[in-house]
Amino acid sequence: MNVVASAPIGVLDVALHSAETNQFRAQDWFAVLRQQGWHTFQSLPMPTRDDEKWRFSDARSLSLDGYAPAPEPTETLAAALIARSHFVARPASLIVHVDGHCVLRPALSPELTAQGVCFETLTDALRHHPALLQEHLLKHAAGLGGAKFLALHQAWLRAGYVLFVPKGVEIRQPFVSVNWTSTDGAAVFPHALIIAGENAVVSIQDYHLGATADARALAISACDIHTGTGAKVSRLAVQGWGSRTQSFQVDNTCGGRDALITSVNAAVGSRRARLENTVRIDGPGADVRLYGISVATGEQEFDQRTLQIHTAGQAKSDLLFKNALLGKARTIFSGLIKVAPDAQRTDAYQTNRNLLLSPDAEADSLPGLEIEANDVKCSHGATTGQVDENELFYLRARGIPLEVAQELLAQGFLEEVIAKVEDEEGAEALRGMLSAKFHQV
Amino acid sequence: MAEIDENLAQREAIDVDRSKGDFKYEESYAFDAGVGLSASVVDYISKVKDEEPWIREFRQKSLKIFEGLPMPTHWATTDLDNIKFDKIRYYLAKGQKAVRTWEEVPDDVKKTFERLGIPESERKFLAGVEAQFDSEAVYSRMKEELEKLGVIFCGPTDGLRDHPEIFRKWFGKVIPAGDNKFAALNSAVFSGGSFIYIPKGVKVAQPLQAYFRINAENFGQFERTLIIADEGSEVTYMEGCTAPKFETATLHSAVVELVALKGAKIQYITVQNWSANVFNLVTKRGVAEEGAEVRWIDCNIGSRLTMKYPGVVLRGKGARGEVLSIALANDGQHQDTGAKMIHAADDTTSNIIAKSISVGSGRSTYRGLVHIPKTLKNCRNNTECDALLINEHSRTDTYPAISVRGQKNSVQHEASVSKVSAEQIFYMMQRGLSEGEAMSLAVNGFVNDLVKEFPMEYSVELKRLIELQMEGSVG
Repeated sequence: MNVVASAPIGVLDVALHSAETNQFRAQDWFAVLRQQGWHTFQSLPMPTRDDEKWRFSDARSLSLDGYAPAPEPTETLAAALIARSHFVARPASLIVHVDGHCVLRPALSPELTAQGVCFETLTDALRHHPALLQEHLLKHAAGLGGAKFLALHQAWLRAGYVLFVPKGVEIRQPFVSVNWTSTDGAAVFPHALIIAGENAVVSIQDYHLGATADARALAISACDIHTGTGAKVSRLAVQGWGSRTQSFQVDNTCGGRDALITSVNAAVGSRRARLENTVRIDGPGADVRLYGISVATGEQEFDQRTLQIHTAGQAKSDLLFKNALLGKARTIFSGLIKVAPDAQRTDAYQTNRNLLLSPDAEADSLPGLEIEANDVKCSHGATTGQVDENELFYLRARGIPLEVAQELLAQGFLEEVIAKVEDEEGAEALRGMLSAKFHQV
Repeated sequence: MAEIDENLAQREAIDVDRSKGDFKYEESYAFDAGVGLSASVVDYISKVKDEEPWIREFRQKSLKIFEGLPMPTHWATTDLDNIKFDKIRYYLAKGQKAVRTWEEVPDDVKKTFERLGIPESERKFLAGVEAQFDSEAVYSRMKEELEKLGVIFCGPTDGLRDHPEIFRKWFGKVIPAGDNKFAALNSAVFSGGSFIYIPKGVKVAQPLQAYFRINAENFGQFERTLIIADEGSEVTYMEGCTAPKFETATLHSAVVELVALKGAKIQYITVQNWSANVFNLVTKRGVAEEGAEVRWIDCNIGSRLTMKYPGVVLRGKGARGEVLSIALANDGQHQDTGAKMIHAADDTTSNIIAKSISVGSGRSTYRGLVHIPKTLKNCRNNTECDALLINEHSRTDTYPAISVRGQKNSVQHEASVSKVSAEQIFYMMQRGLSEGEAMSLAVNGFVNDLVKEFPMEYSVELKRLIELQMEGSVG
C-alpha cells in the first residue's frame, strides 16, 4: 500500500511559514512567538464533534486546506477598498488592511500624538514599542475550544493594529479598523491589541469584510483588550466576511478595577463563523457588557461561545446575544458564567434570545453557570421562538404585507442590541448590514 | 492458596462497603457471584434466576457494550474515577444479606428517624437491622387488591418469565443497553426492581410503593424497573423514602423505563436519601404516546454523587412530559441532576422545574436537554432552574442544552442563583426565630411549590428533612 500524502500547502506549509518568520529576525522574541504558535498548532488535534466545547458545531466539515497568505493588492483595488471603508465620517484615525496587507497606515492628529496615544500597525508597533507588545501580546490562551486556531493565528501573526491610550486621555471620536479579503482562498490573521491606561476613554470599531459578497477566505482573528483602573473601552466588531469564508475569532477582555467595557459583536458574513469571547473580571467594581447580534441566512452557521470569569468580587457582567434566523441557518450560543469562590457580591447575567423566521432554521442554546460563591446575583435566560402572532396580526390589519411585517418585527427584535452601539454612525452601518440580509434570501 | 486470595479479596470488598454503614455480612457461599465483573458472573446471575436464553444473551451483549464504552469523563465529574468496578459485588443472593443489630446503628441516624417521625418498626428496616419489619403482609394485601384490577406488580425475573407477551416488547427498548455505560452495566447484572402493567382504562387510586414490595424480597443495587400503562390508564409509583437509608453497596445503577400508551398517565416519584458513601448513577426515561403524560418527581438528598437526568420521549401527538426536581447537596455531596425532553411529535409540551440547595461545601449541578427537531410544529418547553447557595463555599452549576427547529415551536429557559436574603432572615429573627430556624424556613419556602406536588405524608417528611439538613449550616 503506497499512499502518497500530498504535502501541506498554503498556511499549512512549514517552509512558507519559516520564510515569513525569518523576516522578523530583528525582533527575535516575536519570531519565537510565531514559532511557538506553529509548534502548538502542529501538536493540537482538530476539534471533533465529540468535543464538549464543539457541541452542536459542525466540526466534521472543518478544514484548513486550500488557504494561503495572499499577495499585496494592486493599487487600484486598494484605493477602491479604502474608498469603501469610510463608515465613520470623522474617525480619530482609520487603518485599512487588504488580504492581510496594510494599505492605509493610520494618521494621528498632533494633539493625540502629543498625549502619547499610539495607533499603529502591529509591525510598526513591534519596532516602536517592543516592551509594550512583549507585555501584552497574546497573553491569554483560548480556553473555549479554539486553541488550535488561535495557535495558527499566532504562527502567522503579522497584520493588525495596536491601540494604546495612556493614563487619563479621553478620546470621543472612534478609532476605525477595516480588514478586507479579496483574493480567492486568502488566509488572513487580523490582530487587535487595545490597551487603555488608568481612566483612559476610548472607542474602536472593527470591520471584517469581503471585497465581494461571495469571497472565499480563511480568517482567524484575535482581539485582546486590557484595561487599567477606571478605564472606559467600547468596541464594535462586525464580522461581514464573504459568504464562502470560514471565520474564527478569539477575543479576550480583561476588566480591571472600576473599568467599564462595552463590546458589541455582530455577525452577518461567512459560511461558518465562530466567535469565542472570554472576559476576565479581575478588578472589583469592573462592569463588562457583552452584546452579540446576528442575522443568519442560507446555510450559515454562527457559533458563539462566551465565558464570563469573575475572580474579583463586587463586579458586574451582563451579556445579551440575539440571533435572527432565516433559511436553513443555524446558530449556537454557548455561554458560561464562572464565579470564583472569593468573588462575593458578583452580579452576572446572561441572556440569549433566538428568533426563528424559517421552519428549517435551528437555534441551539447552552447557557451555563458555575457558581462557587454564595453572595451573588446570577441568572441566565434563553428563549427560542417565532414572531409574536398578535403583533403580526396587528401590523397586517393595517395593510402591511406579511414579509414586510415579519421583517419589521425582526428588526425591532434586533434593535435592542443595535442601540447599545454608542457611536451613531457605527450603529447605522450595522443596521444597514443587518437589514440587507433580509433581502438576500 | 487461591482460596485464601479469594477470601482476602472478598473481605477487602466488604471492608470498603462497611466504612460508612457498619454492616456485617453473613458468610454464606451458597449463592455467591463473588467480587468483580466477568462473563461468568453474568452467566451465574442468569442461572440463579433461571432465566430464558434470550435474557442471558441480552445480559452478555450488554456486558460487552459496557466494556466497550468509555467513562463519561469529558463532561462529568472526575469523582467517577473513584469507582472500582473490580471491587464491587454484583449479586447478593438470598441468605447473603447485610445484617447488624439495632445497638450498632449510629446515634445520629437513630435521632434522624425520631425527628422525621418514622414508625418504630420501619426504623429498624431502614437502619439495616435484618428481618424486624414485616412488610410481607402489607405487600400481599396490596397485591391482592391490584390483582382484582388486572394490575401486574412483580419483579423483573417474574415479569419476564410469567408475562413475556407484555414486558418483552418494551424491555430495554426505552433505554437500550448501549444508551450509556451505566445503563449497559445495569442491563448486564440487573436484579430486583418492579415490573408493572396497568390494563386499559384502569386508574389505580393508591400510589404503588416499591418500598413494601422490595423489602419483601432481596433488593438489588442494580434495580430494573419497567412500568407499562396501557391506553387510558393512570398510575403513580413511589420509590425510596425520606429517611436516610444506609447502604452496603457503594455503586447503585438503576434503569427505569416508563411506557405511557395512548392517553395514559404515569407519575413516578423518587425520594433518594442514600448514605453519603453511595455513587448513585441512574438512567430514567419514559415514552409518552398520543395524549399521554409522563411526570417525574425527583428528590435527591443523599448519596456522595448522584447523576440522574430523568427524560421523556414525547412520541405521540399532544403528549406531555414533566420533571419536577429538588436536590439538596450537603458537605461532600454532589447532586448532578437534571432532565431531558425529546420532542418527537407535534403539539407536545414539556415542563421542567428544578430547584437545588447547596449547603456547606456541597455542589449541585443542573444538566438539561431540550430537543425539538425541524419536522415538528407547535411544541413548547418551559424550563426553570433555581439554585440557592447557603454557605460561602457552596457551589452550583447549570448546563442546559437547548436545540430548536421547526414551526411555531417555542422554548424558554431561565435559571437564577441566589442566597437567602439578609432582610428575610432579619425579619424572621426579629419575630423571635433563631438564625437557623429562619434559614430553614426560608429554604422550605424556596422549595415549597415543588414539595406541594408530593403526596401528603412525603411532603411533611420532606419538610422536616430539609429542616434537619439545614441545622448547623449557619452561624
